Amino acid sequence: MNALFSLVAIIVIIAAAFLGASVPHLDFLFGVVFPYAAITVFLTGIVYRVIKWSTSPVPFHIPTVAGQQKSLPWIKDSPLESPHNTWGVVGRMALEILFFRSLFRNTKMEMKNGPKLVYGSSKYLWLGAIVFHWSMLIIVLRHLRLFMQPIPSFVLGLDSLDGFFQVGLPGLYITDVLILSALTFLILRRLTVRRIRYISLAADYFPLFLLFSIAATGVLMRYFFRIDLVNVKELAVGLFSFHPVVPQGTGVLFYVHLFLVCTLLVYFPFSKLMHMPGIFLSPTRNLANNSRMKRHVNPWNHPVRVHTYEEYEDEYREKMKEAGLPLDKE
Amino acid sequence: MYDSGKIIAGLVIFIGLFTSPFWYDLASGTALQTPDLVLPTKADQKQCVASLEFMRRDHMALLNDWRTQVVRDGITYYKSANGKEFEMRYTKTCLGCHTNTSQFCDQCHNYIGVTLYCLDCHNMPATQIQGPMAAKILNPNSEILNKLQIQN
Ligand code: HEM
Repeated sequence: MNALFSLVAIIVIIAAAFLGASVPHLDFLFGVVFPYAAITVFLTGIVYRVIKWSTSPVPFHIPTVAGQQKSLPWIKDSPLESPHNTWGVVGRMALEILFFRSLFRNTKMEMKNGPKLVYGSSKYLWLGAIVFHWSMLIIVLRHLRLFMQPIPSFVLGLDSLDGFFQVGLPGLYITDVLILSALTFLILRRLTVRRIRYISLAADYFPLFLLFSIAATGVLMRYFFRIDLVNVKELAVGLFSFHPVVPQGTGVLFYVHLFLVCTLLVYFPFSKLMHMPGIFLSPTRNLANNSRMKRHVNPWNHPVRVHTYEEYEDEYREKMKEAGLPLDKE
Repeated sequence: MYDSGKIIAGLVIFIGLFTSPFWYDLASGTALQTPDLVLPTKADQKQCVASLEFMRRDHMALLNDWRTQVVRDGITYYKSANGKEFEMRYTKTCLGCHTNTSQFCDQCHNYIGVTLYCLDCHNMPATQIQGPMAAKILNPNSEILNKLQIQN
């Protein structure tokens, strides 16, 4: 049901772009108005949510670590698994963000031969996730050739690296194969593994379907139903330099691709895709495990009225002297 | 707001990166320059082997197709939509009209960042090469020239 709902939503979006962009003059809406609106929603949405997150205190010092904390000099600590200073935290975060380290540690639990409980490592989710995310990053960076004029040389370098195999014309990009395979795997995982299907919501399927349709329309445009790329670049550079133009005869498929991307941008701040900024703000990852060296004060703490020992002594000095008790101050 | 320094620095970096195409194109000065094509002027060179729309989108697939037909199937002539026959040869037919590759092919290829590697191995008759490849091929010490012994 959830999957079906998301599928229908995607089909409606694609149909809307197909019909809309074929109507004369509506291409300005799809080519200029929607992209500007989508970028605005994307940026303000993310800024709003991150600022909102930053207003919640972190009451407890809660790094979740997988290694020995730094303590006595003769106990070997693990500075990346259980960092005690900022550099350690930066290293740990980098491993998490670039290589999904904690997902790499994913385990599975299975019943084998009757009542035997077996734990094992399970790397498939990690593999699918890392292949998808890196492919997407490289594809977006490669797209800069359509957005920037003159084209920065690193974009061209990335392009020739990605087209390394020189298969076909226009040349096949490795990342195109990888992103579609990874997304197919991630979708099938939700659909076929019963436990995961049970907990999957429409909000889990929708981003997968959306990303798949973006990649699929991109691939269709490049290898099967080609569009006019010079027009696309004129449109894109026009958008970015605030001189919007809508060249004629670009091809409807391009507008479908673009509308899906706009949908992604608008959907982003309202959805689980906010894990992108969220990973940076995870207290279980971004705090140093230094609770034995530094006192973490709960910012929520109400200022407590305390009675210090000095004040106590001042109050009872005479009585304590009479009773012969030792005093800090005479 | 807690850790406001870090939060704001992070947001500024993120927005800066995401909007970098805006800054780049606004600062570049040449962003709005589009390809400037010099088209054949002779009367008998006005009609290409296929429609303008098709050529703009699909010329690379057409060339690939011609390659397959000539090399694998031994078919050497292409009949265009209006019934005219063309020899399926890039150097003779395509470059016969579009004589200056740097004022035609390279214009769009450079604009959208397409790098051709065909000519890294294959050669063309020297008189027809005027693009950036010319220096590479026409140079008498050129590795390509020596390897392939182009005679012209
Ligand atoms: C989330 C962002 C995007 C993703 C994941 C994405 C994905 C893809 C993919 C996988 C392809 C196949 C060919 C390739 O890998 O280069 C593609 C092609 C293409 N995309 Fe995107 N795209 C995105 C955003 C955009 C935007 C914003 C535009 C235009 C303003 C755009 C325009 C194009 C065009 C014109 C092609 C065809 C390229 C060619 O024929 O060489 N894409 N896209």
